[in-house]
Amino acid sequence: MDAFRRSSGGVRTNFDAPEASLLRSLIEQVMSLLDEATDDRPDQAFEPDAATPGQVSPGRDAGPGHPDEILDSSIHDVPGAAELDAMLGFSPRTRAPLDPALARLLPDAYRDDPDAAGEFRRYTEQSLRSAKQEVAQTVLDTLPADGGPVKLSRDQAQAWLRALNDVRLTLGVRLGVTEEFEDEWGQLDPLDPRATAFEVYAWLGDVQESLVQALS
Amino acid sequence: MSVAPSEVELPEIGERTTPDTPWLTIVWNDPINLMDYVTFVFQTVFGYPKSKARKLMLDVHHKGRAVVAAGARESMEHNVEVLHGYGLWATVSSDS
Repeated sequence: MDAFRRSSGGVRTNFDAPEASLLRSLIEQVMSLLDEATDDRPDQAFEPDAATPGQVSPGRDAGPGHPDEILDSSIHDVPGAAELDAMLGFSPRTRAPLDPALARLLPDAYRDDPDAAGEFRRYTEQSLRSAKQEVAQTVLDTLPADGGPVKLSRDQAQAWLRALNDVRLTLGVRLGVTEEFEDEWGQLDPLDPRATAFEVYAWLGDVQESLVQALS
Repeated sequence: MSVAPSEVELPEIGERTTPDTPWLTIVWNDPINLMDYVTFVFQTVFGYPKSKARKLMLDVHHKGRAVVAAGARESMEHNVEVLHGYGLWATVSSDS
């Protein structure tokens, strides 16, 4: 791949076929990781601590054991609550994903306050997920499968930066990279099965770096 | 690119925070995000000049974290959502 260069209204470069195919495959893997359907967390919608805020139990004013409350206890698993959440774009999940790579893509917004983090996640995780899917799709839409010239508007280039970063985060977490990445890579036996992945990781960094330079 | 000069705003009277106890947007160091990329994100998201964006990036890198904005809780939450979109490790924190 040549370095990205500024062009009228955006940036341009060339990808050869194996590079294009590799990047498209990595982008597709991240999209599949971000797919709601493959999420590893149990549905937390009906856990007491994840109850819909403001959900009023009609039996609330009745005393404990009051017949009304017993009858109304079914209100706690209202059919359709999950559908309503989905319609409003809310996530039924309030905890970080179990998969560390997905958890890095969708991190907690509060460090020491699980309730606030859960609440934030409920209202924003779905849109963050969609935004990441969208930037990934932009790469697929603008990178020819057989390689060749790539011409991006500034907006598309921003999408590329974010999508490339999501791939780097995913691969970086999988490889367990540290600040001493260069050293680790340098000391790796060329026959080590991770050597190729490290090489890909470094290449992704070069692509992203070149794109940042072209946009700066 | 026309971006607001800064999203750092003191909360107005009546909001649930006061200027004495603002909320903060914190960015944490991580070994994956590239330094130039993080600088670029601070410029893009906050409209900070390159020198300020770079200084904040270096603070994150050397001190492990940096406060990149302060103000009302809602706008700090908005910042964090945007920064997560860019893949930065950002959190909201109360200053108190």
